[in-house]
Amino acid sequence: MMMNMAAARPLTPQPTAPDAIVEIRGISKTYGADVEALRNIDLDLPRGKLTSLLGPSGCGKTTLLKIVAGLIPPSAGTVRVAGKLVEGPGPERAFVFQDFALMPWATVLRNVGFGLELRGVGRTEREATAHRYIAEVGLVGFEQKYPHELSGGMRQRVGLARALSVDAEVLLLDEPFSAVDEQNRRKFQEDLIRLRTTQNKTFIFVTHSIEEAVYLSDRIVLLSPRPGRISGIVEPNIDRSGNPDDIRRDQRYLDAVEEIWQGLRKYVE
Amino acid sequence: MTIFGFRIPIMASLIVWAILWEIVGRLDLVFLLPPFSEVLGAAVDLVQTPSWQTATVTTLRSFVVGMALSIIVGIPLGFLMGRVKVADDLLGMWVNVFSSAPLSALVPVLMILFGFGERTIVAAVFLFSVWIIVLDTRAGILHVSPSLVEMARSYGASRKALYGKILLWAALPEILAGVRLGLIRGVKGVVIGQLLVAIVGYGALFETFSRNFRMAQFWALTIILFAFAMVVAELIERVERKVEYYAGAR
Repeated sequence: MMMNMAAARPLTPQPTAPDAIVEIRGISKTYGADVEALRNIDLDLPRGKLTSLLGPSGCGKTTLLKIVAGLIPPSAGTVRVAGKLVEGPGPERAFVFQDFALMPWATVLRNVGFGLELRGVGRTEREATAHRYIAEVGLVGFEQKYPHELSGGMRQRVGLARALSVDAEVLLLDEPFSAVDEQNRRKFQEDLIRLRTTQNKTFIFVTHSIEEAVYLSDRIVLLSPRPGRISGIVEPNIDRSGNPDDIRRDQRYLDAVEEIWQGLRKYVE
Repeated sequence: MTIFGFRIPIMASLIVWAILWEIVGRLDLVFLLPPFSEVLGAAVDLVQTPSWQTATVTTLRSFVVGMALSIIVGIPLGFLMGRVKVADDLLGMWVNVFSSAPLSALVPVLMILFGFGERTIVAAVFLFSVWIIVLDTRAGILHVSPSLVEMARSYGASRKALYGKILLWAALPEILAGVRLGLIRGVKGVVIGQLLVAIVGYGALFETFSRNFRMAQFWALTIILFAFAMVVAELIERVERKVEYYAGAR
């Protein structure tokens, strides 16, 4: 039953991989005096793949993502992205926020182009780019709307378009669908699969939904809580080229969901 | 407001009060209160006198200079307190004390510091209005969603861009509310300052009118001041309404 998955290796998966774009070495994070969020994480994330960080709340998955983003300094350890040591945010990484983090006083067009605006790209050029990615995420006609005029799902599309338009190699998505209703989430997940084939990027995706992780990911890193450590890696190896609805009926999808649940259930019992 | 299904404009309530005032005035119950029509007549005469015109210029000048100082000092101070914990700890107590203290008691001290002239009035306007601007700006900055700040950082915002493109805009509804309340307090400051100094602008006029029991002129001047404060507050409220659409959606 588990044959077509990479065996869920226990602790410390392969420390190095030749095609890794993100290299995480010995990362620990302690908040205050004694809250240990992450302990000694070693992880490589392959280029061009979608990797999910999956685990129950309190496993430090968002903390790990924000350390990779350069938004939180680690207590120990290093992160390299494309060979470069992470010391803060950088143009090769773009972040998609759980609560969208859109500027409510700015139109969709300006929000999408904001990353470019901060880099000093001229107005005509950044608006042209913004228009292209607004079309890419399916928001044509909403350019002049304000965030409060959009639904949750549409707002997150704006957040995604903003991240795409800065043309970063690595996209970091922090539970991007958790504030989006179920129907929109499914549609969005399908769109993300399509976007992955057109955009040649590395995605790092934080989620607490097993189904979502298996549906989208090439590789799932399971984290255990308190302190956050890697408890296993699963590679579902699902063919996503066909009808997106077929994925949820694929035996490999169902097996992977079951395997991960068996691995994680001890943390909730 | 609706009465018996008819929509009555807000200003209509003013008319009711004006009529009431007129009746009480005509009854001649208190000599302090002349009929409203007489007060209006006095107002029309008053605004034509050179003494009122010079007093108005002086008063407006003190008010505008004092308010400009309040805004220039108050908003950055609020930013500082909202962003820097140490500054907040150091200044927080004082700002709160001053914003609720009976500041009129301090005006005589200002007179010693700045003399019996316009500078004291400017200082009084500043002293009355600056604290609420500081407090509201601070509240606005603390209210800015942390993820918006993280967003700006993750897309490489410089410090200047963070302040100018994110924090200022995100805190704008509170800043404007602070400025509006500050303007109203500033009107209070200019009048109290002038009354205590008593030889400048409206203060001098109020002194003359009340000392000589020229009540119609006295009330006329009061109404002009009230109207001014209301107009100023209304103007800021218009600007506030422009940012209202996102104030609730942050």
